[in-house]
Formats: sequence, C-alpha cells, structure tokens
Amino acid sequence: MDLLNHLSTHWNYLGCITLMMIGLYIAISRGNLVKKIMGVNIFQASVILLYVSMGKVKGGTAPILIDGRSDVIFSNPVPHVLMLTAIVVGVASTALGLALVVRIKEAYGTVEEDEIVALDRAEERRALATEGVESTDVQGGGGKA
Amino acid sequence: MTDAVTVHHAATEALSFRDHLPALQVLLPLMGAPLCFLLRKAALVSFFTVAISFACLAISLTLLGQTMGGEILIYEFGSWPRPFGIEYRVDITNSFVLVVISLVAAVVFAAGPGQARRSIPVGREYLFYSAALLCLTGLLGVTITGDVFNVFVFMEISSLSSYILIALGRERRALMAAFTYLIMGTIGATFLLIGIGLMYQMTGTLNMVDMAVRLQAVSDTRTILVAVAFVIVGISTKLAVFPLHQWLPNAYSEAPPIVSAFLAATATKVAYYLLLRFTLGLFGAALIFDQIGIDILLMPLSVLAMFVGSIAAIYQTDFKRILAYSSIAQIGYMTLGLSLATEAGVAAGLIHLFNHALMKGGLFMVAACVMWRMGSTHIDVMRGLGQRMPITMAAFVAAGLALVGVPGTAGFVSKWALVTAALENEAFFIAFLIMASSVLAVVYIWRLVEIVYFSEPETDFEVKEAPLRMLIPTWTLAGMTIWFGLFSGFSVEVAEAAAKQLFVGLAGAGA
Amino acid sequence: MTPDAQATALVSAILLPLLGAFGVQILGRFGNDNARDAWTILIGLATFSRVASLIEPVMAGARPALALPELMPGLGLGFEVEPLGLLFALVASGLWILTSLYGFGYMRGHYEKNQTRFFTCFALAISAALGIAFAGDLVTLFLFYEILTFSTFPLVTHAGTEAAVKAGRLYLGILVSTSVLFLLLAILWTSTLSDDLGFHGGINGAAPAGLLDGKIEGHAAALLLMLFAYGVGKAALMPFHRWLPAAMVAPTPVSALLHAVAVVKAGVFTVLKIAIYVFGIDMLAKDGLSDILMWVAAITIFAASIRALSLDNLKARLAYSTISQLSYIVLGAALATSAAAMGAGMHILMHALGKITLFFVAGAIYVVSHKTAVSELNGLGRKMPFTFGAFCIASFSIIGLPPLGGAWSKWFLVTGAVDAGELGMAAIFMLSSLLSIGYLMPIVVRAFFRPLPDGVDDSREEAPLLMLLPICTTALLCFVTFVYAGSVYDLLAPVMGLAVGSGS
Repeated sequence: MDLLNHLSTHWNYLGCITLMMIGLYIAISRGNLVKKIMGVNIFQASVILLYVSMGKVKGGTAPILIDGRSDVIFSNPVPHVLMLTAIVVGVASTALGLALVVRIKEAYGTVEEDEIVALDRAEERRALATEGVESTDVQGGGGKA
Repeated sequence: MTDAVTVHHAATEALSFRDHLPALQVLLPLMGAPLCFLLRKAALVSFFTVAISFACLAISLTLLGQTMGGEILIYEFGSWPRPFGIEYRVDITNSFVLVVISLVAAVVFAAGPGQARRSIPVGREYLFYSAALLCLTGLLGVTITGDVFNVFVFMEISSLSSYILIALGRERRALMAAFTYLIMGTIGATFLLIGIGLMYQMTGTLNMVDMAVRLQAVSDTRTILVAVAFVIVGISTKLAVFPLHQWLPNAYSEAPPIVSAFLAATATKVAYYLLLRFTLGLFGAALIFDQIGIDILLMPLSVLAMFVGSIAAIYQTDFKRILAYSSIAQIGYMTLGLSLATEAGVAAGLIHLFNHALMKGGLFMVAACVMWRMGSTHIDVMRGLGQRMPITMAAFVAAGLALVGVPGTAGFVSKWALVTAALENEAFFIAFLIMASSVLAVVYIWRLVEIVYFSEPETDFEVKEAPLRMLIPTWTLAGMTIWFGLFSGFSVEVAEAAAKQLFVGLAGAGA
Repeated sequence: MTPDAQATALVSAILLPLLGAFGVQILGRFGNDNARDAWTILIGLATFSRVASLIEPVMAGARPALALPELMPGLGLGFEVEPLGLLFALVASGLWILTSLYGFGYMRGHYEKNQTRFFTCFALAISAALGIAFAGDLVTLFLFYEILTFSTFPLVTHAGTEAAVKAGRLYLGILVSTSVLFLLLAILWTSTLSDDLGFHGGINGAAPAGLLDGKIEGHAAALLLMLFAYGVGKAALMPFHRWLPAAMVAPTPVSALLHAVAVVKAGVFTVLKIAIYVFGIDMLAKDGLSDILMWVAAITIFAASIRALSLDNLKARLAYSTISQLSYIVLGAALATSAAAMGAGMHILMHALGKITLFFVAGAIYVVSHKTAVSELNGLGRKMPFTFGAFCIASFSIIGLPPLGGAWSKWFLVTGAVDAGELGMAAIFMLSSLLSIGYLMPIVVRAFFRPLPDGVDDSREEAPLLMLLPICTTALLCFVTFVYAGSVYDLLAPVMGLAVGSGS
C-alpha cells in the first residue's frame, strides 16, 4: 500500500491507455475477424502492462529473500503472478477465437464480417421467398432419442 | 444485523467433510470435466455429468441451509489465512445464487445435449459434457469466491466454455454469434480486470472483505471512481444491460436450445449477482448511490431495456429469439430493482433472479423439445402444436404465464415485489411502466399461444410428443414456476435476508 | 349448517364446474352428446344447489370463509362469502343452467362444431365467475378475474373465422391490458397503504368501513378510484368499452353468458365490491371523491344509449344497451349512498334476467329465420309469439316498468341519486329510461304491428323447445323478482348499511 503510493511518475498509464484505445478501436472498427482478435489481444496486453507497471517499486529489486538483509526494497510480485493467469486466459480466448474463425471460414468461405452479414441476409431472404419452413434435418447425424 | 453475524472459519478448527463443502462445490465439476474425457462413452458421461450436477445441487442446498440464519462460511484454501491465501466466502446471497445455478444445471443437464447432438460428431458427446461442466465450474466459482481476481478467472472459465457451447448451434450463424459474444465478452471481462487492478492499486489486497474495508478510506479518489466505471461496464456487458445487450439475442437464439436454457437461466444471473456484490458489497451503498448516483443512470437504462426488449420480442418470428429478447427485458426488471436503491428493490431483483431462471429455463427447454421434434423453432412450425405436443405446450403455457406475471405463478411474485418496492419509493411512474411492459409480455406470449392452440398446422406429417428425457426436465422447471408462485415463502424470505445482508456491505459485515 | 359444512359448500360450488368441465371433455370425446349435455345440466343443478344452500347462513349473518396458503408472506389467498358475492353467485350459477339448456338447442339447431370445447370453456368460465363472487380479498379476485378473461377467449373466437379471431384479440387486449395496467397497479398501491386486502365487515347493520378509510385522500384517492374503475375493463366504462360490441361475433349463448351471466356482471360486481369494501360508502361520499367516476358513468350511460338507437344489428344494439346499463351499477356505486348502492346491487340481478332474455330471443330469431338486423324483423312476432312476448316483457324490465324486477333497481338508484343531492344524476337515469324505450320498443312494434314481408306465410314457427323454455323462464323470472324483491333487499341490506326488512 505504502509502496504503491510512492509511485510518482505516471507515464506508464499513458502507454497503457494508448495501447488500450488502439486495441479497442481495432476490435470495433475492423471487419476482418482475425484483426478483431488481434485488437482484443492488444487490448489485453495493455492491461497486462498496467498491472505489471503498478507492481514496480522505484529502486525495488526482484522479490527474493536474502539472508541477513532487511533493507532491500522489493517490487510487488503479486501483479506479476496475477498477470501470468491473465496471459493464460488471454491465450485461451485467442485460441478459441481463432478456432471459431477457422470454422467460420469453412462455413462461409470468408472472414470478413460484412460479407458474412450479407450471406446471412441472402439466406434469410431465400427462406422468406420459398415461404415454407423446411423441417428436414440439415446436418444429419442421429435424430433419434 | 452486524452483531448477529457469526463467521465460521473452517481452517481454525478440525476439518470435517462438511467443512470442505464450499471447496467441493467448485472442485466437483472442475474435476468432473477432464474425467469426461476418460469415460468417453456417451451414456456413461451423461450419467456422470448429471450425477455431478445433482451433487452440486445437494452441496449448494446444504450451504444455503448453513447460511440461512445470517452465518457466513469462510473456507481458506490450504489453510492460508486471509491476506495470503484465497478464500471462499459463502453467505446467504451467494448460496442462494449457487442454488439457482446448480438447480438449473442439474435439471437441464439431465435432458442431455438435445439438438446439440446433431452438430457433434458421433462419439464425441463427452466434449459437450466437459464444456458444460466447465461452464458450471466457472459460474459456481464466480459466485462462491471471496477473492476479486478469482472472480475474473472463473468468469473467463465460464465464458470460454459457453462460447464453445453456443458455437454448437445448428446453423452456421451460431459460429458468428459465438464469435461476437467472444469479442464482447472478452472486452467486458478485461474491463472488469482493469477495474480490479485499479482497486488493487488503491487497497493492496484482493480479498473482498479486506478490500471493502480499505476502500472506505479512499472511496472519494479519482482512481476508485474510474474503477467503479470499469467494473460496472464490464459486468454490465456480461449481464447484457441495455445498451450492452447486442450479443445476447444472437447468442441465445443460435445456440442449441438446451444450452440457451442453461445459459439464460444462469450466466446472466451470476452477472447480476456480481453487480450486486461489487456495487453494494465492495463499493458500498453510500458510494454507489449517494456519492455517484448509479441509480440515476441505471433506472432509465433498465426501463429502456424493459421496453426495447419486449417490443423487439413482439416482432420476432423465431421462438428462441422471442425468448432471447424477452430476457433483455427481464434483466431490465432485475437492474431496475437495484436502481431503486432500497433493500426492497434489491430483494425484488433477487426474487426475480430466482423466478426468471426457472421460467426462462423452462421456456428454453420447451424450445428444445420443439427443436427436437420439428427441427426448427420458427413460429410457423409451431402452428397447431397444442394438439400434437400437448404436454410440452402445456409447459409452455405454464412458464409463459409466469413470464407474463399471472397470479399463482412465480412471475407474479416477482412483479408484486418489484412494484411494491417502486411504490414504497413513491416511484409511481416507474410502477406504471413496469405494468405497461408486462402488457407487452402478454402480447408476445399470447401471440405464441394463439399460434400453438388456435391455428391449424401447416404440415401434415405426424409429430410425436418430445421424448420423456426432455419432457421431465421441462416440466420440472415449468412446474417449479407454478410451485414457487403458490408457495413463495422460500424465495421471498431468502431474497429479503440476502438483500439485508448485501446492504450491510462487506465492510460492515466485518471479519 | 356448521361453518365447516358452509366452507365445503363454498369450495364445492367453485370446484363443481371444474369437475363439470373435465367430465364434458371426457364425455365429449368418448361418450355421446346427450350424455355430455345431461352431465352439464346435472353439474349446473348441483352447483346451484350448493350456492343456494349458503343463502340461509349468510342471511343469518354468517360469513363462510376459507383461507388458502399464502401466495407471498403476508399475501394470502382466500374465499369469503358475503351477501353481494352470494347474489352474484346465484345469478351466475342459476342462469348457467338456463343458458346451457338454451345452448344445447342453439348449438344443435345450428350444427356448430367444437361443441365440447365450447361447453368446457363455458364451465370453466362459470367456475371463474364463482371464484370472483366468493373471493375473500383483492388478490384472489384478480386471479379469478384473469382466469375468466382467458377462459372466455375460446368462446368469443368460437367461429374460428378471421373476423372472430380479430374480435377475440380486441376482447383479450382490452381486458388484459386494463387489468394489468390499472387494476393490478391499483391493488398494489392499496397493498402499500393497507396491510389487509380482505373484504370484511357489513354484518350487524353497519356498512363495511373500507380498507382505505383514512389512509389516502384528495387527488390521490380519486386517482386510485379511477384506476380501479378503469382497471375493471369488464365493467365497460367508456372509453374502454370497445371489446363488448366486438365480442358480438360469438355465438348467441356466449353473448348471453358474457352480457348477463359471467363477464360483464363480474366487472360491475367487482367495481361495486371495491366501492363498498375497499373505499367504503362513507369515504366515497366525502369531498366528492367519486365525482369523476360519477360523470364518467353518466356519460357512458348517455352515449351508449344514443349509440344503441342508431344501430340496426340486433345484437350490437343490445350490446350498447348493456354498456349503458352496466354504468347504472357503476353510477350507483359512485353516488355513494346506501340506497344507490342497494339499487346497484339489485340491478346486477334484474338486468341479468332482462338482458339474458333479450339475447336468448336474438339467438332464437337467428336460428329460426337467420335474421340479424332490426329492420328485418317486420311481422315476425306473428310467427314467434312466445319469443317476442318474452322479448317485450324483458324490454319493459330493462326500461324499468312495474310490475317487473327492473323497476325496483331503478327506483332505488333514483332514490339514491336524490339522497345524494345529485338531481342531475337522477335526471340521467330518467333520460336513459326514455332512450331505452327508444331503442327497445321499435323492435317489439315492428315484430307485432308491421306486416310480414310479401311472400312469407304467417304460420307459427317457434324456436326449438330447448330454446323456448329458457326464454320463457327468464321472462317469468322478471315478474317473480318484482314480487320477491324484498328478499333480495334483505340479503343485501347489511353490506349497504341498511336495516333488514326496511325495504319494500
């Protein structure tokens, strides 16, 4: 707590915020699904930086106990540990996201959001035009209970 | 209230099996998920999953019994005391939510993967079950933990597995729905992570109780205000508070109906619990309502959600989509309860959390039955189903009436509690708006009733009743909406006690 | 009768029609039509006898009651029989038998489809109406009110045509939205003011005190009263009256049920009960609390009568007549004097008998000659003398001429208006009587005094006996109620704050 209050310079926040905005902007504005994932990745990276930089103590060293010395200032290790978990979570969601993109590419033949939306619309129109609702099994597989 | 609280430290006494229940609540499904890989055989895995979810239900009911009197159970992992270790903290509020989650999970999982099976390669059903168990783990973990970073981790566990489950939907649109949810969900979770980081920065602890105590000293700093904003926006994304609801209609309507039944009844409920836990528990009512005035923002958003959701539901042509949009409106009721900033309001929100889980779960189960037999949930295929699937459709009517809020159903109890809370606040106009929006619910439910009972089927082929394995869970949920409408003592009393405890705040609860 | 036996009678009165509905389903599917119809009549008689068995104890001052489990902590459901509810229950269960008889004749004479569904929903509606009559508190009342709405929907849309479904939606739309938007809100508001939502009091000559007495006043109280009045959409106060003419697409026995037996009477009964038990007559009279309601009712009486004059379709004309007559009862409640409330209570019975006869006749005409317009009725009285004779008697009762039941209720209503110092309202009653002569008498005159159209022989062609019998019975009852109005007065007197035996 005390250690944190001694953080006097704030330039690290600027870096985080810049990255955060870049990531968020990419995630929202890009139509390419892979780019969206990259945007989210940058966004997550900025948060990791935020945490890691908040754990840094001026003049602090790695938190390793050294026998007989009590005057050493340590950096706070907890944020680093937390971020290890966050990185794992981030990797997992990136992997899942990319896996979904692969499936989307297989199903639609494209990874551009606007093209996918257009394809969906066209499908809807076709369904309306034929006016009947097919209740046949589209994907096959076991239909019995 | 405060002085009556007895905190039960499991670590300081000799540990019995009973003391390990909070840990087992999460560990059981967590360990069950990989075990599904080993068991492989579909029938075996399905039985195993159901057994685990019923065990979770039993544990959560026991926990609720233990905390009903206002007691708080603390479970310290590895017996590491608070500043060092992670602790689970069970009070009446989260044990209530635990019961809701595990109850719905037990009932819905018993129905099997339903239509989802058709998009799973034969012999790979165990993957569905392990994803479902992981999702359950995440949801239970978010609810039970007393550590804010743990909240984030469990939230991501539940979210990642729910993206998988949603992507199992039958149409290719399900993939896109899952992807959109993934992007929105990840951004929301990261927002929460930023908020937690800022809170940690100001308090130097991740333990909820410690954090709540230390937050009081720094509650007027700019960092905390920013943290409040990040946390609330992050949770609201998960909760699908208007206007952050965009992901929900697609996700719930494209997912296999069984998955929608599970997620609609649990995921948003957990998010609502988190919202209460962070706002009332960590930040405290004084900061949230008096200083920042969240209620002033949340109230119009809730009302908008009620109307936008209901009106959109009226114009949908797919049963599941109607239900999905109706969820947005119902979430509006819950957040409206919080925005009333009174104990009665929060209690109403919690009552609705419970009741809505039952009725929306039941309705999505009906959708699953329809999907199973008809291969679609478009309202055109539901024409005349009242004669062909009478038992399923009777469940639809029961749960639908509850959604509308007809007396004798659970929905009426929620509505009564919410409107009474609004009137006690002298928010007369809000009370009127709640009524007006429930008229809209009448419109979209009645539209379906007319289609189901008063119109002729379009196709001639024979349609049988849904299989028993799906009918029983459907009727369990639908029956409970009636049961808890007639005998609402349980839900109302627990919700009221929970609201009382929430308003004391974690800092006030001490220990 | 012991209190237990009374409670049993109460419950069985509500459950018997349910059993009836169940039996109709079974017999309709597996038995034959005659067995099904005999079963309906049997259940009808049993129900009526259960309700009638409650008359004696209630007149002796007992209030048979039954508490159900609590819906929410502090929010109990329950039944309690009080005089007004008993009267309504008698009307509903008694006329159910006659309407069933008539319905058999009508449905068979007309070869209607889905007769089983029809009589099932009919029985359900009666059960709901009895639930409303015996409801012990506002929440129970609301519950059965909604059940009644939904159970009558299949009846209204019985024909299954596009027009019928459209009308059914309007019916349901208005009734449900008013009840949820206004009535439920008003009940909730009341619950925040008063912990008790039950209907109590009115036993020993003192009028019930009213739940809200002293708890709310001024504009808020007037607003709450209007919420209640408009919330009960079944009372068809303008401008929420459109559902009633729309529901005319239903077969005639349904119209009779809607107008005379269950639905609209449930509406005005609810208004009257709320006025007496929730507000209390004394409270309504204070500070002109009910002024707005009074004027709304007066305007409805007048406007609906005028509209009835201009309509050529017989059933539509009768529908507007109903709207106007219903507001008599609302106005009686709003006048807030004992005499006016008494008149309102009596009018539930008197109007029911008169109006059901009129609808029966309209249906008989339709079955025999397929005529629906007033202008087509020339000379028909010569072919159907009994039918039109009954029509004439019922018309006189609606107009309020002695020696028919309608005269008494109108007498009390006018007296009540004078008591309240509202001479304008007394004039409205008089004017409305004149107007009702204007819209009912031409029908009688046409039927009896105009010649038949060319080429139609004037041989007798009455409706089937199953239809004619109920028509004559209800017409006869209009006389009987004139003679025995004193008993009705004695039954209702306690809740109106009047002394038993002081009437007639």
